[in-house]
Amino acid sequence: MKIHEYQGKEIFKRYGVPVPRGIAASTPEAAFAAAETLITETGSKVVVVKAQIHAGGRGKGKVHKGENVVARGVEVVKGGAEAARDAAWRILGGKLVTIQTGEDGQVVRTVYVEQGLAIARELYLSMLVDRDSRRVVVMASVEGGMDIEHVAEHTPEKILKVWVDPAVGLMPYEARKLGFDLGFSKDQVGRFTKVLAGLYELFIKEDCSLLEINPLITTESGDVIALDSKINFDDNAEFRHKEWDVLRDRGEEDPTELEAKDAGLSYVSLDGNIGCLVNGAGLAMATMDIIAHCGGTPANFLDVGGGATEEAVTKAFEMILRSPKVKGIFVNIFGGIMKCDVIAQGVINATRKLGLTVPLVVRLEGTNVEEGRKLLAESGLAITAASSMLDGAQKICALVAAK
Amino acid sequence: MAILVNKDTRLLVQGITGKFGSFHAKQMLAYGTKVVGGVTPGAGGTTFESSVPVFNTARDAVKQTGANASVIFVPPAGAADAILEAADAGVELIVAITEGIPVIDMLKVRRALEHRLNKDLRLIGPNCPGVITPGACKIGIMPGHIHKVGNIGVVSRSGTLTYEAVGQLSALGIGQSTCVGIGGDPVNGTDFIDVLTLFNDDPDTHGVIMIGEIGGGAEERAAEWIKANMKKPVAGFIAGTTAPPGKRMGHAGAVISGGKGKASDKIAAMESAGIRVAPTPAQMAETLVAMMKG
Repeated sequence: MKIHEYQGKEIFKRYGVPVPRGIAASTPEAAFAAAETLITETGSKVVVVKAQIHAGGRGKGKVHKGENVVARGVEVVKGGAEAARDAAWRILGGKLVTIQTGEDGQVVRTVYVEQGLAIARELYLSMLVDRDSRRVVVMASVEGGMDIEHVAEHTPEKILKVWVDPAVGLMPYEARKLGFDLGFSKDQVGRFTKVLAGLYELFIKEDCSLLEINPLITTESGDVIALDSKINFDDNAEFRHKEWDVLRDRGEEDPTELEAKDAGLSYVSLDGNIGCLVNGAGLAMATMDIIAHCGGTPANFLDVGGGATEEAVTKAFEMILRSPKVKGIFVNIFGGIMKCDVIAQGVINATRKLGLTVPLVVRLEGTNVEEGRKLLAESGLAITAASSMLDGAQKICALVAAK
Repeated sequence: MAILVNKDTRLLVQGITGKFGSFHAKQMLAYGTKVVGGVTPGAGGTTFESSVPVFNTARDAVKQTGANASVIFVPPAGAADAILEAADAGVELIVAITEGIPVIDMLKVRRALEHRLNKDLRLIGPNCPGVITPGACKIGIMPGHIHKVGNIGVVSRSGTLTYEAVGQLSALGIGQSTCVGIGGDPVNGTDFIDVLTLFNDDPDTHGVIMIGEIGGGAEERAAEWIKANMKKPVAGFIAGTTAPPGKRMGHAGAVISGGKGKASDKIAAMESAGIRVAPTPAQMAETLVAMMKG
């Protein structure tokens, strides 16, 4: 799960990580008031108006309204509160297109109005779970503000890494070494060590899967400040974080994927025209692969999971059928926990309820397969049975191609 | 001989009174697995299916039953605790079926068991279908009836794709020595190399099917290991050739990020190590058969 920059910075503050003063706003008037407050507090007329969307690359991104590009994703404003209001007016409601959003962009509903700071240095800092070493890895680089993938590819030696032992957590000596290697002064190393300790504690306690600050800055007065924040939470830990409900911005998420999640399904939209309903993530991916191999294109990844109920299967089928781009459906089930008769009944219920306007190929294997096949055969519905995964993929691709 | 489990394996079921735990405990009993005890805190002293004693703690259960393996059906919130409890109780094999354990919990579990793993303890999973030696012992949630006694080892990150490979083998009349699901989570207890090492040394295993998926670098490392060490033919498959980058495909571990973990890289690494990669997931068994004949 992702959250916005301004939400991440609120969490940073709780863990003693310094951030600039800032106020979130969802209207130009609120942005005006926020800027006025900041200008009074700081005595500086420089404020930054930052679009809040979940995707990265906002600084270089462009805000579109209709045919026009009206703003950048991050606008530095020097003309006081009126200028901040104007920037917010341009950004809010526009579509921000960045390297991470795809060309459709993401509608901006909130801006974060922040005090401007005089930057001395920009650094990169992140923490994530490194599956290969089974440790949280801290990564830092003097190449802050840059696209870190670019740095990683071309000058990997510029990314410093520390693997943290989960038994003891991030030790001060590790943070100090990183600080000196990044070229901090003695005083700054002390501040940096505190920042890192706070971030590591945050990472563990808040169940993060990724935490990134790009850039982490030093100011001309020597302070170490997180100018940005990106936090991803580990979805598996949702059960112990009721507070995530409040942080979740459903407007940022794909509505179909959300609907699937609410029904206990795992769904990802794709560009093709063959809908897939599969049990198990590996088999679901493999089903997409075999459809492509047979010349078709998958419309989605859909894993109904191991213990799906008849209702969940019905729901999954509804979601596939609702998409206008779907020209055919392939149900591919190898039942382990999942019983084939449950799948079959779900498929029958959904097609009866919604009507079947596209070809449907069903391949069933595993637990209660005979009962499942019998249900389908006796349903009177126009269902093409498949004897294997390859047979099914070939059949659905041929049926869709023939239409 | 097979690997990891056999007819002498004595199994505990942690979470035996829950919905999944009780269903699969019955299935395992029906398959012939020696389920010698269950663990549910607070249900100690009761009996499951009028034959399996239930204990409050894993330590009691091991002491009373002589169990040497435990399977975990405990929900995510208590799963890490259950794994460490089993390890502390002295079993040699823990199979964690539970899906959805927070990754931070698994980091801690791995760390706590680091000095023991692959020495006096093995942890399979989490988020896996389990381990089966056909005809001898089934630990987990796989459908027992699709398996057949024989000499092919199967190791996989994906549950249903394992069933697919087993189904294909059995349909060709080819049985399996042991099938191991290592699970789809980013941090797990046993990786491909651990299982391949066992298969390599097992006289009952004559060939191996290895099934990977996008995300991480475990398949690449396994390929390197195979190139240097494996004495037996290995056929493989990687799921996710058509998966878009940045999207998590169901499994917490199945995501292409930062240009790493792509199917094409894994397939290339495997092929250069002499692994024959099936062109489609429907051809895993026949790819291995062709390799073993040729």
